[in-house]
Amino acid sequence: MGAEGTAPRWTVRAVGEAALLVAAKPDTPASNPYITALYRRLTELQPPGLTALVPGISSLLVRFDPLQTAAGTLERTLKPLLAGLEPHRSGQQRVIIIPVRYGGVDGPDLEAVAALCGVAPAEIVADHCSKVYPVLMLGFAPGFPYIGPVSELLSVPRRATPRSAVPAGSVALAAGLTGIYPARLPGGWHIIGRTALQLFDPSADPPTLLAAGDGVRFEALADGAQP
Amino acid sequence: MTAALRVLGADLPITVQDLGRPTAQRFGVPTGGAMDRFALTVANRLVGNPPDAAALEITVGGAALEVLSPVVVAITGADLGAELDDRALPLWTSVYVRPGQLLQLTRRRRAWGARAYLAIAGGLDVPVVLGACGTSLAGAFGGVDGRPLRLDDILLRGAVHGDLATLAGRRWPEDTMPGYVDNPAIHVLPGPHREHFERTALDALTETEWTVGAASNRMGYRLAGAALPVKTASIASHGVVAGALQVPPDGAPILLMADAQTTGGYPIVAVVVGADLPLVAQLLPGDRLRFRRTTAARAVAAWRALDAHARSRIPEDAALAALGLAGAGPVGPFG
Repeated sequence: MGAEGTAPRWTVRAVGEAALLVAAKPDTPASNPYITALYRRLTELQPPGLTALVPGISSLLVRFDPLQTAAGTLERTLKPLLAGLEPHRSGQQRVIIIPVRYGGVDGPDLEAVAALCGVAPAEIVADHCSKVYPVLMLGFAPGFPYIGPVSELLSVPRRATPRSAVPAGSVALAAGLTGIYPARLPGGWHIIGRTALQLFDPSADPPTLLAAGDGVRFEALADGAQP
Repeated sequence: MTAALRVLGADLPITVQDLGRPTAQRFGVPTGGAMDRFALTVANRLVGNPPDAAALEITVGGAALEVLSPVVVAITGADLGAELDDRALPLWTSVYVRPGQLLQLTRRRRAWGARAYLAIAGGLDVPVVLGACGTSLAGAFGGVDGRPLRLDDILLRGAVHGDLATLAGRRWPEDTMPGYVDNPAIHVLPGPHREHFERTALDALTETEWTVGAASNRMGYRLAGAALPVKTASIASHGVVAGALQVPPDGAPILLMADAQTTGGYPIVAVVVGADLPLVAQLLPGDRLRFRRTTAARAVAAWRALDAHARSRIPEDAALAALGLAGAGPVGPFG
């Protein structure tokens, strides 16, 4: 990705009269470093009338006040930015270590995921801890990070039956990505472990532990250690 | 700060709301805020507050509030049979209320209406969290402990600048309101995902009479009426806005509202224009609506007109002002 990838193709489309969706092709995590770069450029630039920026996997939602600016004005601002956009590089990111207790009560789906993949649970853990992943976006719930992509081995589909409640701190796999539940929430991802880190604190600035463009590395805690 | 109201009953969710937290959307925090932003803004203006002050959003039915100190209130939005000590309370009007009086909202009284807004002079005094005062149910913060109100909650108000008596008896002019109506025709713009739908999808959307489904709340409304021809089951997660009509594989659209998740993975067929969101906010499960296509230029013009309405000068009404000075007693003629 990034440096070795080719620049994405862009579409800019209205989402109502007060937002534009700037979407990259391919619409995969491969385009995400460009989304992070665009998000940072627009955050610096603060075009008049801009009200919010929301990074997605391969898109950026640009919300604006239509009484202060016009969609066309913002499109004219975006065009040269997109043409000259350099992807956010992994060397520029801060890396946050996430200590995780894998398996057991903390990761009730670890055995099932291992069985699904035809490997030992320890291999799933080793793979999950093997590299720095980018945070692609936050969504679904306050502070929930979409992280990845994970390896082919760890690319499991969602659970057939979602759980009505997943404990806060649960580290999960689904659809080629990994994520962390910031709070007790319903969830359809496979839970392989749990961290004690607090991912969302509305009284903190910023309120989230992670932001799109950060790097994360998972570290397995020894049995008996506190998560 | 002063104790203003005590909750004696809350059958359906009552939450503290303001104009929400748009810049927190990137953190996964729903924008939130009042479902009917026009009604909240006007309730605040009637009692002399800034338009984005914290007020109560009362969803149809079952609210009872005891007045704890002399204060001026205004109720706007849906007609939910508001009463003060068993006498009808005029809507869209600021009223002086006294300690010991009982404010009640019971049920929908007209063919439309789901949410009423109760603002108090001085504004509800709740902490600012992530830049706003409104309740974030998803994040369990804001408002009163991040939850709907419950029995015996006591609401505090901020300081009132000026004379309470002069704030009472102000009535919002009826010709500067959204076109609240039952079975509304709601204006939409085409969504950003046309390649994920059959060409007939927008026509199907605008030719169908839709019913708001039972599984509808501040996050969104499930709509029943037709299966829209969607070609793609899911797409890469992307930021969404209130008003977006996203279409899951079964073809039954979900109209995203104030507390919608910040991102979605279903294609968006169309987006309700901002000026019509107050009309949508006043629908309940079982209500019907239609969609009508418009243009971006008209959508912005409608937004500008509604914004101008919300800034209207509040006419002085000598008779109403006299009622305000006399206390909250004789409100009958306007009930």
